[in-house]
Formats: sequence, C-alpha cells, structure tokens
Amino acid sequence: MIELLALLFGLATLAATAWCPPRLTRVLGSLLFALMVGVVSRFAFGVHVALLAAALAAVLALRFFPPLVLRRVVFLVPALVLLIFSTTLLMYRAPGNPFANERATSPQVEAALRAQYGVPKNASAFFGIYMRRLLVEGTLGPSIKVQGRTVEELIAPAFPVSVALGLLALILSVVIGLTLGIFAGLKKNSLADHVSMALALFGVSLPSFVLGAGAMIVFSLWLGWLPVAGWGSLRHLVMPAFALALPNAAIIARLARSGMIEVMQQDFVRTARAKGLPESWVIARHAMRGTLIPVVSFLGPAAAAIMTGSFVVEVLFAVPGMGQWFVKGAINRDYSVVLGTAIVYFGMIILFNLLVDLAYSWLDPRVRSSDA
Amino acid sequence: MSGAEPQATPLLSIRGLRVDFATDAGSVPAVRGVDLDIGISETVALVGESGCGKSVTAMSVMRLLTGRISAGSIRFGNTELQSLSEPEMRRIRGAQIGMVFQEPMTSLNPVLTIGKQIEEVLTLHQRLTSSAARAHAVELLKRVGIPSAERRASQYPHELSGGMKQRVMIAMAISCRPKLLIADEPTTALDVTIQAQIMDLLGSLQQELGMAVLLITHDLGVVAHFAERVAVMYAGKIVEQGAVRDIFKRAAHPYTRALLAALPDPLRTAARLEAIPGRVPLPRMLPAGCAFCARCKHVFEPCPGVLPELFPIAPGHSAACFLHDPRRAPSNVPCQ
Ligand SMILES: Nc1ncnc2c1ncn2[C@@H]1O[C@H](COP(=O)(O)OP(=O)(O)O)[C@@H](O)[C@H]1O
Ligand SMILES: [Mg+2]
Repeated sequence: MIELLALLFGLATLAATAWCPPRLTRVLGSLLFALMVGVVSRFAFGVHVALLAAALAAVLALRFFPPLVLRRVVFLVPALVLLIFSTTLLMYRAPGNPFANERATSPQVEAALRAQYGVPKNASAFFGIYMRRLLVEGTLGPSIKVQGRTVEELIAPAFPVSVALGLLALILSVVIGLTLGIFAGLKKNSLADHVSMALALFGVSLPSFVLGAGAMIVFSLWLGWLPVAGWGSLRHLVMPAFALALPNAAIIARLARSGMIEVMQQDFVRTARAKGLPESWVIARHAMRGTLIPVVSFLGPAAAAIMTGSFVVEVLFAVPGMGQWFVKGAINRDYSVVLGTAIVYFGMIILFNLLVDLAYSWLDPRVRSSDA
Repeated sequence: MSGAEPQATPLLSIRGLRVDFATDAGSVPAVRGVDLDIGISETVALVGESGCGKSVTAMSVMRLLTGRISAGSIRFGNTELQSLSEPEMRRIRGAQIGMVFQEPMTSLNPVLTIGKQIEEVLTLHQRLTSSAARAHAVELLKRVGIPSAERRASQYPHELSGGMKQRVMIAMAISCRPKLLIADEPTTALDVTIQAQIMDLLGSLQQELGMAVLLITHDLGVVAHFAERVAVMYAGKIVEQGAVRDIFKRAAHPYTRALLAALPDPLRTAARLEAIPGRVPLPRMLPAGCAFCARCKHVFEPCPGVLPELFPIAPGHSAACFLHDPRRAPSNVPCQ
C-alpha cells in the first residue's frame, strides 16, 4: 500500500516537472546534472575527481546549457528514481526469488544469503539499500548469480558491443529509410515508389526476430555467406544489425515519403521554383529540411525500439551485449543485474532523445524560438 | 502615359491561351482562349472572382503549372516562352519575370532566414558573392520599407507580420530588376490598412524600376488607383478589356458592372450594395454560350447557345457580350 502511494507520488513529481518555471528549471537542472556527473565519474575516477567534476558541471550547466537540455535533466532524475523503484516492485512481485533453486534452501541459509547480497524480503527495503549503494558507495551492487563480480564489471565489456550494434542498426535504418522514402516521395506512384513501399510494408510487418531467424536460415545455412552467430568480426555484425534496422527503416521510409510529398506541395516550394532555382536545388535546400523533421522526431522512439529489439536479437545471434545480461538477469531474478542494465538503457534512450531534441531545434527555427 | 492603346511591341503577349487540367472527373478547361498584352512599363490589372482562371493564366506565363498548356502562345519580348528549354526558362523566372503570391504566410520557407531567401536569387541570377548578396539583400529590405533591415535579414519568417512577409516577397521578386512583375492577389490575405501600404509600395517600385506589372485581383477597388488597363476575366475567358477610365466610367459587360456595383461606395453608408448573386460556374459545367448567363439580368435569345466574341466598343475597349453586337443587340440596349 505504501509502495503504491510512493509510486503515485513519483508520477506526480514527474508530471510536475513539466510546469517547472524557467528559473527554477535552470537551477534545479544544473544541480541534478552535477549530481549525475558526480555519480558517473565516481564509477570511473573516484571520489575526489567526481566532486571536482560535479562542481564544474554545475557551473557549466548553469551558465551555458540551453533551456531544452535543462528541462530534460529536471525530468530525467526523478524519472530514473521512479524507474528503479517500479522495476524493483515488479521484480519482487514476480514469482520466485534469486535464492530459490532446485534444492530447497534452508531458511537460515537464505537469510544469511539475503544479508550478504543486500536483498531483504521487502521491496522498499531493497530500494533503500540500492539507492544508498548507487549514491553513497558508487556501485551497481554485486551480482547474485555470477559469483564475486559486480554488475558494473559484467556490463562494462558488454556495453560497447551493444552500442556498436545499436548505432550500426540506427545508421542503417536512417540511410535505407531516407533513401527509399525520398526517392518514392519524389516519384509518387512510379514503379520505384510501389517497390519501395512494398519493401517498407514487408519491413513493418516482420519483427526483428523473425527477420533475423529468416536471414540466418537463408544467408548462413543455405548460402553460407555469413557466420550463423557469434561476435568478433564485421561479418558477425551484418545480420543482427540488418534485422534490427529493417523494421525501423520501413517506418522511416514511410515518414520520409509522406513528408516529401507534403513539402513539395507547399507554397514556398512554388516560390522557390518561381525564383528560377533548379529542381535539385529546390529539393535540397527548400524541401529537404521539412522532410527530415518528422524523421528526426521518430529517431527517439526508433532508438528505443532498436534497444528493446536488441534483447531478442542479441540472444538469437549470441551477441555478447547487454541484452544478454538483461535477459539472463530477468530469468535468474538477479535483481541488481536487471536494474543495472535498465539504468544503462534508460540513460542511452535519454541521451539519444536529447540529441534528437537538439537536432530538431536546429532543423526547425520555430521550435528554437518557442523555448528561448 | 497614353494608357488605352496597347503598345506596338508588347513586353508580354498572350494569344489564344487554353489550359485544360486532366482530373479523375474528366478534363477541366480552366483557361479558355485568353488574349492579353502587357506593354513595357505598363500596369495591367486582371480582375475576376475567385476560380475564374487568373492564377492559372499567371502560372502559365511562369511555366509552373501542374498541368499542361493545351494551346496558345506566350511571347515575352521576342521569345516564345513555350519553346524554351527548362534551363532557359529558369533564367527568365526570378530574373526577368518576378512573382508575388497571395499567401505571404506560407510562401516563404519557414526554416530559412529571410536574408538567405533573398540572397539565393541574387547568387543564382547575378552571380554575386555571398557577402555582396547579403549587402544587396539588406538594401532591398530597406527599399521595401522594412525597418532595421540588417536585423530582420537574419530572422525567420515566423518572426515577421503578414505585411512584412509580403514586403519580403516583393523584395525577392524585384531583386533582379525584372521587366515584368506578376502580383497574384498580393493583398488579399492582408488587413485592409496593410493592403493600401502594399499597393503604394508596388506603385512606387513600378515607377522607380520602370517594370511592367500584371496585378491579379478579385477586387476592382484596388485597381482604380493602380492600373492603366484592366482585363476582366470570367470562367476562363476575358470578358471585357479597356483603359481604367473605360472600365470605371463606361463598363460594358454586365459582369463588370456587377463587380462595380459590389464595390463599397464611400459616399453611401451601406458598405456593400449588392454582391453578385450565384457563383462562378465550375469549369466542367460551362454552358455552350456565355458563361455569365446564369447570373445575368440581360439574358436574351443568343446568350445561352452562342459564345460571344469580344466586340469593340471604343478604341482599346471591348466586351464579350451580345448587348454590344451591332447585328444582334435588341434596340433597347440597357446600357448604363
Ligand atoms: N491543378 C489543378 N487541377 C485541376 N483544376 C485546377 C487546377 N488548378 C486550378 N484548377 C481549376 O481552374 C480554375 C481556375 O483556377 P484559378 O486560376 O486558381 O482561379 P483564380 O481566378 O481564383 O486564380 C478553378 O476552377 C480551379 O478549380
Ligand atoms: Mg488565384
């Protein structure tokens, strides 16, 4: 009951950040940004450097950060706390616990283990211990199933793998999607248009794991062009990256196509033509930005989709990324591992959305002036 | 200025222009045989209600129609525009013929600064360097009456009012000192007070640059102080043509008279005397004869079945109405 109240309180706080006045946003945002910089650099460099970095970050943020970024930060920290809290609740509600295995564990042994790993029977108590670890001790905690390793030690080698795969997939989806969509939009109802939209439909309707499994059968088992699974070379990256990219590429293609068709009917395109500009110039200078705007605003959700897709695709192709740990952690009820990976995913999605916001405000001056 | 007589070698000469749009519902004859001359430095008004084919005529001159011209010739100076290649036509657009559109709100690109949008015409047609183009763009903005032009040049369209945007459009259209400026309802979307300012600006620019202006409007009131000649268009055809005095003092076509009667009269208190009843017929549903039949008070026996040609009324003044056909007109011509 009290947990439910806490959850509601968290949600209310989160909603309240939207109405935060500009000056408060600036101060609060800078402080919270300093806190994040401090916690993260503590992992890497220790307490002294972290304090220095935090102070520096606070000053920098206060003076130079655009309001857009600070508003995100003010939202970000309560959202992160809420994420940890609700994930904890969910894990505790799920049947089983980290110490339940085939052989029955005696209550005394279980109690000892719970004390050793800091996993009490009560979810709120665990949340308290976890937050203390994160903020005061600067660790993501010990893994329960992988003996003697902390969660950060597990994630550290997996993180670059997932980032490489995710970024490649994202770049592929943008390049493929934009090319198809722009081409189709410019030659509406041509053969090229129909072909690319059929491809897009194909991409939207097949989820990544079906695409991945299909590709595996065709390109590895039948044709033998690519390794079935594993990691280590560029050739290993091809199929998982495409499997992750295609569904998003399909959506981007549709957005770019309709964006292009819409922009080309705008009055300012007629003006550009009336100036005597060549058609290629009209498209590149006048139509392109308007076409990119809906695509860029989709990149936030696209990044999230690629990350969640990567849980499955990493397992399917035996890619040693964070998705593996997330899935293993969830199956083993290894609470700290699940929370650790969730925090990292969350951070990446937020970071990406921030980049998207910045790109968006660069693309559309109306957005820029509206939040000054 | 002589006014009434078109000059010997007109700057723009449109002959027998026909435009048909192919649509799902069949062919739409938007322009049905338009003849129009514009002399060097002459101001001509093309007047008619919405849907009469004025914009289509203008876009035909620019060769920017979505459809195709089905027949006719458009000569600009000594060149037939329709025989030009696309790159040759591009050297005319924006350089020799400038155009201002009805909707200043949407006619400027929202994501480029207004300075950039003017500069690109100059770098394109006059091969100016970017700094020279910038300086010239600021000059142009000053010329069209935009205060603090340097600052405005680096602003985006949404930071300007509608009237300011139309001034920017005008600056852009005259930037290469065109021989002809086509202004397609330049004040329709603006407040009444701003409308007069924009028309004044167009008038003074016309004097200064000596360019010819084709002013397209549905409002005869705008025309009186501005144009030398007036062509009245109805359902894809010119129905009356003449010097501005002829049109205002001796209007011959019932449609022109109806337009005049619909003007607010400053001497009377009633703002609008009589709006013309009915609507412009859709191009797909035109009668065989005069298209104004359905709304005309003077219909008699030839009107529904026979297309009236332009009958001369006075030198430089003609009207496409059987009331002025010496062979057909009934004795009791209800003129004036
Ligand atoms: N691209 C098009 N396709 C089909 N019909 C069109 C097109 N453009 C204009 N028309 C039709 O041509 C007629 C004349 O249009 P327009 O020249 O825009 O009138 P206006 O005199 O108000 O400028 C209208 O009936 C309009 O519906
Ligand atoms: Mg029009």
